[in-house]
Amino acid sequence: MWETLAQAVINGLLIGGIYALVSIGVTLIFGVVKIVNFAQGEFVMIGMYISFFLSSQFGVDPIVSLVVSMPVLFVAGVLIQHFLIRRVLGPNDMPQIFLTFALSLLLLNLALMLFTANYRTVHTSYSDEAFHLGGLYIPVAKLIAFVVAMGLSGALWIFLHTTDLGKAMRAASQNRDVAMLMGINPNRVFCVALGVALALAGAAGSLLMPFYSAYPFVGQVFTLMAFVAVVLGGLGNVMGALVASLMMGVAESLGIQFVGADSGLIVVFAMLLLTLAFRPTGLGGGKAR
Amino acid sequence: MLELSGVRASYGSVPAISGVTISIGEGEAVGLLGANGAGKSTTLRAISGLVKLSAGNISFAGTNLASLPPHRIPELGIAHVPEGRQVFPEMTVQENLEIGAYVPKAKAERARTLDLVYGIFPRLADRKRQLAGTMSGGEQQMLAVGRGLMLKPRLLMLDEPSLGLAPVMTDVTFEKIGEIHKMGTAILLVEQNVSRALSLVQRAYVLESGNVIMHGSSTELANNKQVQAAYLGI
Repeated sequence: MWETLAQAVINGLLIGGIYALVSIGVTLIFGVVKIVNFAQGEFVMIGMYISFFLSSQFGVDPIVSLVVSMPVLFVAGVLIQHFLIRRVLGPNDMPQIFLTFALSLLLLNLALMLFTANYRTVHTSYSDEAFHLGGLYIPVAKLIAFVVAMGLSGALWIFLHTTDLGKAMRAASQNRDVAMLMGINPNRVFCVALGVALALAGAAGSLLMPFYSAYPFVGQVFTLMAFVAVVLGGLGNVMGALVASLMMGVAESLGIQFVGADSGLIVVFAMLLLTLAFRPTGLGGGKAR
Repeated sequence: MLELSGVRASYGSVPAISGVTISIGEGEAVGLLGANGAGKSTTLRAISGLVKLSAGNISFAGTNLASLPPHRIPELGIAHVPEGRQVFPEMTVQENLEIGAYVPKAKAERARTLDLVYGIFPRLADRKRQLAGTMSGGEQQMLAVGRGLMLKPRLLMLDEPSLGLAPVMTDVTFEKIGEIHKMGTAILLVEQNVSRALSLVQRAYVLESGNVIMHGSSTELANNKQVQAAYLGI
């Protein structure tokens, strides 16, 4: 019993690290630019396909290929902010919601057209490897993904708290008008926020590839999980999103273990509902940290 | 140094200022007085580019401000301490000050300016690592002024620095603003507390429903019957 429980918690934490990369991106965009990015999961999907093709065409290890997927998606984020989102920022939220929603549908359908609906997998030398600790089982690919995900999250935290650009992003998320009074160019900060958020989604995609299949709809579950984590963690709160993502990974895993293989998400959404009812500002509460 | 001529601005279809003409010389301290809703804050927001002009012109040391986006205006040396302080609540005191010196020119001298600001406001030095949002109103006001000073501004615009402060804190704040002015920074002070403001500035403009209705030296205005009746309660 205790071993089953511990194993479920470990499985949950490992996948929670991937959820964290996706939800940190969503919360960063929400905090800084004040828009909800419904297309975040599609950028995970794109990251997966980039790693899949680099692996199948050139034999690049999917985890190594994040040195390609991250910069490509960073640039994509900057361009999307500069040429699309910038046009719809204004007092009315509706165009922004429809813009990222349309982007999600466009990317999904483009993927269907270009890559077909087939499931694509990459088999690495460590895909089936695992550590055995006592009775516990820790798959190597998931452990690497978790460690890299935590490292990237830590790097983002350091960027936000020690660099001028990072501090400018936090300032803009806390008070946009006053940030402009400090000489901060909002569009520049928004471009960086989109770039960083999409780069993290791309990293999540590359990290998933050794143990997860790529297909056009793969991003949807990650978008969904990210929204729950962002609400649980407090809108715009990066640390909150990280902690909430890990908790959700564990909740989902416990659900799979003790409720039923198809019921993992029930526990996650029950968590969301209870949080909204009793702590509507999220577990961490407050604004971007 | 700063010239506004016939400046009009509105929020939607409601005109907030309709023809404001004022000027401030290098190193001068000038007041912008008037009742709530007279257009004082809007005038400052127009200078900072946060509200667009519908007519008129604003120039600062020969540069036309109306053609610049808001984030380009601090580079010229104009610091705006907004109404209600508006510090960045989830950032520490020191981070708030650092972000005040974000423009390249101010960034180059950041460490020295920081020492200067901590010298003027020792209270802030004691609270460096505290989150700004957890401080008292008076401390937040000091931080907002200090953040403005970090720009090494030629012109410091202060919007109602006494708002919501206890009388003791108001004394301290005005004393500090006086010190800053003596160091050579021009001041544009918006205040509802007219007697306080007149004791600090050399000249002042009186605004009423978006228009300048009176202008003169502090002494002239303090002795003016109309000003006494309307704002000084004499």
